[in-house]
Amino acid sequence: MTNLWTDIRNTDLVIIMGGNAAEAHPCGFKWVTEAKAGRGAKLIVVDPRFTRSASVADVYAPIRPGTDIAFLLGVINHCIANDQVHKDYVKTFTNAGYIVKEDYGYQDGLFSGYDETKRDYDRSSWAYELDAEGYASVDETLQHPRCVWNLLKQHVSVYTPEMVERICGTPKDKFLKVAQMIAETSSPTKTMTSMYALGWTQHSKGSQNIRAMAMLQLILGNIGVRGGGMNALRGHSNIQGLTDLGLMSNLLPGYMTLPMEAEPDFASYIAKRGFKPLRPNQTSYWQNYKKFFVSFQKAMWGPAATADNDFAYDYLPKLDVPTYDILRAFELMFEGKMNGYVCQGFNPLLSFPNRQKVTAALSKLKFLVVMDPLDTETARFWENHGDHNDVDPTKIQTEVLQLPSTCFAEDEGSLTNSGRWLQWHWAGADPPGEARADTWIMAQIYQRLKALYEKEGGAVPDPLVKLHWPYRDPGNPRPEELAREVNGYVVDSVKDPNDPAKLLLEAGKQVPNFAVLRDDGSTASGCWIYAGSFTEAGNMMARRDNANPDSSDLFAKWAFSWPANRRILYNRASCDIDGKPWDPSRKLIEWNGQSWAGYDVPDIAPTAKPGVVMPFIMNQEGVSRLWVLGLMRDGPFPTHYEPFEAPIDNLVAPKVHGNPAARVFKGDLEQFGDAKDYPYVATSYRLTEHFHFWTKHVWVNAVLQPEFFVEISEALAREKGIAPGSWVRVWSKRGAVKAKAVVTKRIRPLVCDGKTVHVVGVPLHWGFTGAARKGYGPNSLTPFVGDANVETPEFKAFLVDIEPIPAPTV
Amino acid sequence: MPDDISRRRFLRAAGAGVAGTTLGAFGFGESETALAAAIRPFKLARAVETRNTCPYCAVACGIIMYSPPGAGDSAKRTLTHIEGDPDHPTNRGTLCPKGAALLDFVRAPTRLTRPRYRGPGEAQFREISWDQALDKVARLFKDDRDKNFIAKNKSGVTVNRWTTTGFLAASATTNETAFLTYKVVRGAGGVVFDNQARV
Repeated sequence: MTNLWTDIRNTDLVIIMGGNAAEAHPCGFKWVTEAKAGRGAKLIVVDPRFTRSASVADVYAPIRPGTDIAFLLGVINHCIANDQVHKDYVKTFTNAGYIVKEDYGYQDGLFSGYDETKRDYDRSSWAYELDAEGYASVDETLQHPRCVWNLLKQHVSVYTPEMVERICGTPKDKFLKVAQMIAETSSPTKTMTSMYALGWTQHSKGSQNIRAMAMLQLILGNIGVRGGGMNALRGHSNIQGLTDLGLMSNLLPGYMTLPMEAEPDFASYIAKRGFKPLRPNQTSYWQNYKKFFVSFQKAMWGPAATADNDFAYDYLPKLDVPTYDILRAFELMFEGKMNGYVCQGFNPLLSFPNRQKVTAALSKLKFLVVMDPLDTETARFWENHGDHNDVDPTKIQTEVLQLPSTCFAEDEGSLTNSGRWLQWHWAGADPPGEARADTWIMAQIYQRLKALYEKEGGAVPDPLVKLHWPYRDPGNPRPEELAREVNGYVVDSVKDPNDPAKLLLEAGKQVPNFAVLRDDGSTASGCWIYAGSFTEAGNMMARRDNANPDSSDLFAKWAFSWPANRRILYNRASCDIDGKPWDPSRKLIEWNGQSWAGYDVPDIAPTAKPGVVMPFIMNQEGVSRLWVLGLMRDGPFPTHYEPFEAPIDNLVAPKVHGNPAARVFKGDLEQFGDAKDYPYVATSYRLTEHFHFWTKHVWVNAVLQPEFFVEISEALAREKGIAPGSWVRVWSKRGAVKAKAVVTKRIRPLVCDGKTVHVVGVPLHWGFTGAARKGYGPNSLTPFVGDANVETPEFKAFLVDIEPIPAPTV
Repeated sequence: MPDDISRRRFLRAAGAGVAGTTLGAFGFGESETALAAAIRPFKLARAVETRNTCPYCAVACGIIMYSPPGAGDSAKRTLTHIEGDPDHPTNRGTLCPKGAALLDFVRAPTRLTRPRYRGPGEAQFREISWDQALDKVARLFKDDRDKNFIAKNKSGVTVNRWTTTGFLAASATTNETAFLTYKVVRGAGGVVFDNQARV
């Protein structure tokens, strides 16, 4: 989130789209309820189903799964056409006036530079025109035909209310009602917050779904203000932490990136990461990249990382492909090119698309190691459970090790919530049986691996055996020791340049924040954005003072919020060009003539002058982007693309199928179905009573929602002769499931370009282990394709067919 | 609510005594004292309280876990109750149907308690010791890494990557677990590495 849960109380308008906060984040949803009750805020829900969030909304608009971009660009079109934008914010805080190179273009769904055979773009034309000094050229009057503002106007013009109705199935009057309510928040004293989740991310253009809303929020002036923001509703309790710490193929902690082969040495790596300001006087905070990178390397390899070996640059693996994401991993596994896999608290047999492919892939592994508190389906992928796991163990040679780990109650450490709060928790119980903490398990594996290398030698041992391992008990690092490493500490004392008798930094001390990190090896930090979480003052994540001065709802003394305990990101944008709050009643910080101060830590250098230094300090321009240059693979603007399996053709780009820049493996391309054979649009979703596949192990939750079902409209039920509660078979080109049918008024057929579109809802939470009845997951049905930028699988829009079947014999 | 008293302390104090009640004020104090003596003391008043966070969604509701006093001295600590933390700014003591049932998660019959191994083509798991399990994992890792580690690519560039074993990390583990996991996987040259954030 750019903002935080408790800040939602301060909004005027909540839009829940691509998410379902009342059901999936119930205790966080109370802040929407408070906003409605306390300040008369309104709630809009746009969703294929009339969810529980919709049931308490002021306006509900239905939408066809996978058409959110058309809807959002339609709203942007409406706002611009009706001159309902926050003009001053757009002019000063976005790149609206930036002039784009002449060879950039967009035509019929494709941008300049497309290569159909590669399914990729040459993005060199997606760039600003630069002036003689290397700065971006800007037209502050927004008249230049190639300034971002005019390109945007042109780009969204096709998304009229009529077009939105044809693509999305949203009745025109509903769409206009929503657009009008949103447009009102362009006022400097009205704001809107966007609450979204997997309904936006799990699409082959998921990143662009979110981009579209970010653009809308920027033209309305709703970023950096109380009650505003892009409020991503993350899933798991520490998915934000795992994201921040970069446990992904191509990342380093703190949103840095792993080297590619094309960056053979440190000099070439860091040359690409200079991030010089693109406008005069701008912060461009990523200019400090080298400091964060070197400090990370020192945390990883300690004394083995020195200036002489480029701080152990070569110890990091280098990528030959953009990423070995989970889809690529299972494709390699399916091809027999992987030998081992470790699943730490993750259940891919039910969580990854095309279950048949996943099962076949796992069956080709030499070994699988599962670390989990619960007995998962993945650990038993080789075991026959009749229809629910139809495999022959004698044909599966995979060795499987199942290691029992602790759960939250038996663990100590920090978790990062959706609002970037790092909160420490303590263990209150001891693990059952011989279950052990994951830290112990990883350390034990490491110690044994290291001992084997020291004894036998082997392939390039150094990066492994020279890991910095400064723990009192090397076989059992304590959470506090690890937290101190992540925050960062001083490796070598640094003298004060103004007074050599004094020390700027004292060796052995924790660093107070990331501003002191250095690129000369004198500091170490496991994750620069977490610097400040465990300082000499102690464990900031364990703070429990819930003071709320003037009801600012920031709780600045509760736990630690990254970065630097800032609670609302980009908060300088809550003030006008002179540093005065746009809305004095929701003041966050302001300029007092000398510095920024207020309720929150300013998200800018405290003495950065208003009018000179712009709020979006991580961007080289200093301003936010309505047009994103070459930073996204599928376009500098979002464009409506149909899901890979869609009921109608793309109305704005008829020749384009799916997302033209999304990666598709050959075998998976052959497994897309079309509307002739699979006439109904399916979408996956979650229930309030369950959390993925964990809570089916929990007796109470298993009682509340005991069995797998699919949800269909009354109209579809009548058409297919499906009685409520009767059994159905649902199948796609990849596989089939059997379930009971819930027939509901919550789903209504949509009319898209004259064609009736039925939606089939497929909730996930059942498998073949646990206390609930055995069932299937939607992943038995879904296609093996992901988002063009980050490869999040397309779980939310695919095609199926459905028929009634006799009840299975028990 | 006065600033100097936390919600929890107030609720706890409210359960602890009968002094100053209405009945006492009306002069029926003696019967009330007799009644109070017959009531079992508030079960949670002596419990050990531990602050934790619900492990499910990213609202990250504050919870309080209760265990019997003195537990852990000679026997394993167990929990008797979990409820929402009224002091927590986000959830204010509330929990949803998942969080409210957390004790059943901690006590689930399908909690794993012993390392287990399943051999090629076998139809069942069998229990093994931690030493056996960890030695086996280390051996499997080393053999695969030694055989398949790519030190240099075809152009002679040092790449130091290991692509034939992958790792899926857990989005419900702590940041500290995550950092240690990162160290080991990257130190080994692992690039097939993800967590739920991508999915």
